[in-house]
Amino acid sequence: MTDVPTEVAEEPAIEEISEPEPDPNAVQVTLNGSAVTAQKGDLVIAVAEGNGAAVPHFCYHPRMSSVGMCRQCLVEVDTGRGMQLQPSCMITVSPDMKIDTESPTAKRAQEGMIELLLANHPLDCPVCDKGGECPLQDQSYAVGPGESRYVEEKRHYEKPIPISDLVLLDRERCILCDRCTRFADEVAGDKLIVFTERGNNTQVMTFPDEPFASYFSGNTVQICPVGALTAEPYRFKARPWDLEQQESTCTTCSVGCRTVVQSSRDELLRYQGVDSDPVNHGWLCDRGRFNFEAVNSEHRLTQPMIRTEAGLIEASWSGAMASASGLIRETLANGGPARIAILGGARGSNEDAFAWGQLADAIDTPYRDAQLGDGLPGELLGLNRATIDEAANASTIVLLGPDLKEELPVLYLRLRDAAEKKRSKIIEFSATDTGLSRYAWKSVRHEPGNQTDAVESAIADADIAAQLASGDVVIVAGRPNLAESSDATVAALQAMLNAAPGAKVLPALRRGNVVGALSLGMAPTGPVGDRGDAIDALTAAAEGKIDLLILVGADPLSDCPDTDLARRALAGARRIISIDTHPSESTKLADVVLAAAAYGEKSGTTTNLEGRVTTLAQKVTVVGTARPDWMIAVELGMSLGDNSFGADHPLADVASVNDVTDAISATAPLFAMVTRQALAGDPNGVMSAQPTALLPAVSVAVAGRNSYDYRLVVNRKLYDGAIGTAMSRSLVNLAPGAAAHVHPLDLDGIGVTEGTEVKLISAKATAVLPVVGNNNVPRGVVWAPFNQPGTGSIEDIIDATAANTDVRIERI
Amino acid sequence: MSRLSDHNVAIAKEIIGHYPKQKSALIPLVHLSQEQNGYVTKDAMRHIAELVNVTPAEVLGTASFYEMFKFEPVGKYVVNVCTTLSCALLGAGELLHHAEEKLGVKAGGTTADGLITLEPAECQAACTEAPCLQVNYRHKYRVTHDDFDQMVDDLRSGKLESEIPAHGTLGMQRQHIPDDKGVGAVHPDDVVGGPVWIPVAVEPDTEGASK
Repeated sequence: MTDVPTEVAEEPAIEEISEPEPDPNAVQVTLNGSAVTAQKGDLVIAVAEGNGAAVPHFCYHPRMSSVGMCRQCLVEVDTGRGMQLQPSCMITVSPDMKIDTESPTAKRAQEGMIELLLANHPLDCPVCDKGGECPLQDQSYAVGPGESRYVEEKRHYEKPIPISDLVLLDRERCILCDRCTRFADEVAGDKLIVFTERGNNTQVMTFPDEPFASYFSGNTVQICPVGALTAEPYRFKARPWDLEQQESTCTTCSVGCRTVVQSSRDELLRYQGVDSDPVNHGWLCDRGRFNFEAVNSEHRLTQPMIRTEAGLIEASWSGAMASASGLIRETLANGGPARIAILGGARGSNEDAFAWGQLADAIDTPYRDAQLGDGLPGELLGLNRATIDEAANASTIVLLGPDLKEELPVLYLRLRDAAEKKRSKIIEFSATDTGLSRYAWKSVRHEPGNQTDAVESAIADADIAAQLASGDVVIVAGRPNLAESSDATVAALQAMLNAAPGAKVLPALRRGNVVGALSLGMAPTGPVGDRGDAIDALTAAAEGKIDLLILVGADPLSDCPDTDLARRALAGARRIISIDTHPSESTKLADVVLAAAAYGEKSGTTTNLEGRVTTLAQKVTVVGTARPDWMIAVELGMSLGDNSFGADHPLADVASVNDVTDAISATAPLFAMVTRQALAGDPNGVMSAQPTALLPAVSVAVAGRNSYDYRLVVNRKLYDGAIGTAMSRSLVNLAPGAAAHVHPLDLDGIGVTEGTEVKLISAKATAVLPVVGNNNVPRGVVWAPFNQPGTGSIEDIIDATAANTDVRIERI
Repeated sequence: MSRLSDHNVAIAKEIIGHYPKQKSALIPLVHLSQEQNGYVTKDAMRHIAELVNVTPAEVLGTASFYEMFKFEPVGKYVVNVCTTLSCALLGAGELLHHAEEKLGVKAGGTTADGLITLEPAECQAACTEAPCLQVNYRHKYRVTHDDFDQMVDDLRSGKLESEIPAHGTLGMQRQHIPDDKGVGAVHPDDVVGGPVWIPVAVEPDTEGASK
């Protein structure tokens, strides 16, 4: 309330008021004898807990609606009719309410509830994964009666039953709190688990043969107040008291969910979501939650390697660094900086990206990019940027990008919540149905590549124009289709910004630290038309114009939409240095492979899509002798002869990652506020400043197609062939697999049945894929998931330089 | 296939149209599917989920709350012998035991010919007429062992065919409200005649137990 007197002072017409206006929403209540001020609409349990009076509870969860299932939070409440027992999660405060959470009656009621809940709950805590961190166990000790009068046989069920590939259910432990089922319904929107049967037989269950295949299923394990739901990757792996934990940020995608990283005996064992109000509200997607298995994978690169006549062999770091720096110096001397390209950097921390950006500056290469031709131009970050909170509270959310459920899952949860709670109306422009289509107020289908026309006719619609004018607008912009030029989205975004000039833009770029990397020196530096971005670099390499290709955690062979271009580029580049955590198709072709430290093995900072900088924790020691990317860049930067970092270079004498963080805040203007002190002060992170830029002018020519053609749409799925999922035992089998999806009616037109292999013939190549009928795909469009395991490869037929990719589908 | 037949889909759509929210038609549709197959099949639950735009899990969650929805095949006739207090005092235990011997199945089982399923049941609200039982939820009062034997023989010989429809069929008649007589379609003062009734038409079943 400190700003109230200032406001008054600014209004000379109003007489000076000695006291601030009473808050109209304030409600005075008495809690355990002391006066407390609450807000209108606050739940009694929230007021009690917020004022230091712990109320035992199981079903109540602050991020979900109250249901009063467990009855554990009974307290005495007097609203003028005398003290009465009430479930404190089901009533809101009213003026002069008296609340007693500690009265003998309340205590007795709470004791009684514990005794009832334990009537059927097995006392198998010593073998239960939840033992030691179990709300039921803890609260039985804290408020339970200590003994039970029940002597009857308890319920028995078959145990455990898998309700999905990742989650197991021990039904006899369930206390029917409705948290998991409520989460599935209210938060995730995947109502695949429900209460079945009745009375004593009530149990949480899926429909037979329809598992709880939600992208968010791991959250139910985290919020289960007993050991009923356990996660397959963690089950029987550790006891809570053996775990050490540190708060960190997930870098699987660019949402930047806050997590705790837990390990035991120097092995990563579990990630749990942390409730960060501006970001993830405590939720994580399953990919982010479980892909720690990739860090523990036995396939990790542990040593540097050098190519000899006998192939890649393990080398010492000094030997490998000497040959890497030798390759750079040799190329600089013989061909100059224009024959070197550096790609990647979005996988790592801000420190990694900054150090590699500085190295790219020292080398002075015209080719650098943190994206691999699968994003949008860096100018996107210079538009008036929205935060996630602004997006999730905007009156209109415009979606011009990929399926957020697949690429930025927790952002999907936040925007879904905005639509479900009627805070926002979503206007979606998409070529196919997406996860948010069913929540959208208007979901506009357009021909792939032709979103500008769709945007322009939408703006002309009176309803939509009125909606856009009615309040704040946030445009979520990303790359909606890997088989079309990013120009289509840039033009549509520009059209939308012209119609709603005050709109803010939330960049929906996928890679973990892509915003950090682009902001800290890994964005292409050339002018429009001669940018030197990843596609330019790969094209130059394919034409033999690149002698040295440096891949910093980048695997163009599986991550660049145009695999054919990547393949020619890696063949055309004379030498390749690859810095990576796992062997990939690209490391196999490298001349020098430098083993990199992975997530959880290095500390630092990361930047999410809003520009929010948060900390990363080093929780375990690196495998083998792997090193963080920044360390490799700094060492290379000190050994380049004439091109070395000078004595006054900010990275000249860094000894630890903290020195790099300091160097960033000292030299990168956008990150001046991002000091270690500021980061330590706020677990929600520090916002980096924002550059200003205008979108590049683009011209979009949507070519016609003949009637035999299908226009190709290629999107990422949550589970794909990327290292994080492919190297995680529990996630590797969840990828849907390569296939070509068409509208079921188009199956007849092609003359095939679902599952048959068909030929997809584009202007440059042919791919053979099984065909699937899919109602989410409009007629005349063929949709394929990107980078999927399977025999066929859709990536072969994408042309990165074309505006669109049209294909003919033929029977074999 | 035990999805709803085309005939029943038409009825289902009419039922859905009676409610402001599609989802509200869920239980009537589960009844309809039980009428078609004698029990609620998984495919029917999937089909209902499609019709009212919910997940199959929600259909299962709602339907499994009710004991009179069966999820496994049952006989054409389900015999529920009341075992609650009044009936128990007047020999329901013996009656149930007799029924088990007569039918040759334990309570909860179905006879080998698939005709009769025997179940113990809680109070059927006919305590003055104890011991009582129900056949497809139609009461029989003050049932003696001989009465029971006679009833089983009658069921087997088809004598009660016209009186007791197969399990799942709630009534012999179904109310049908034409569009022009629906709520709000006609002013109450202008209503002439009663609702229109059409006879029930249970499609011949292919997979269900009610042969």
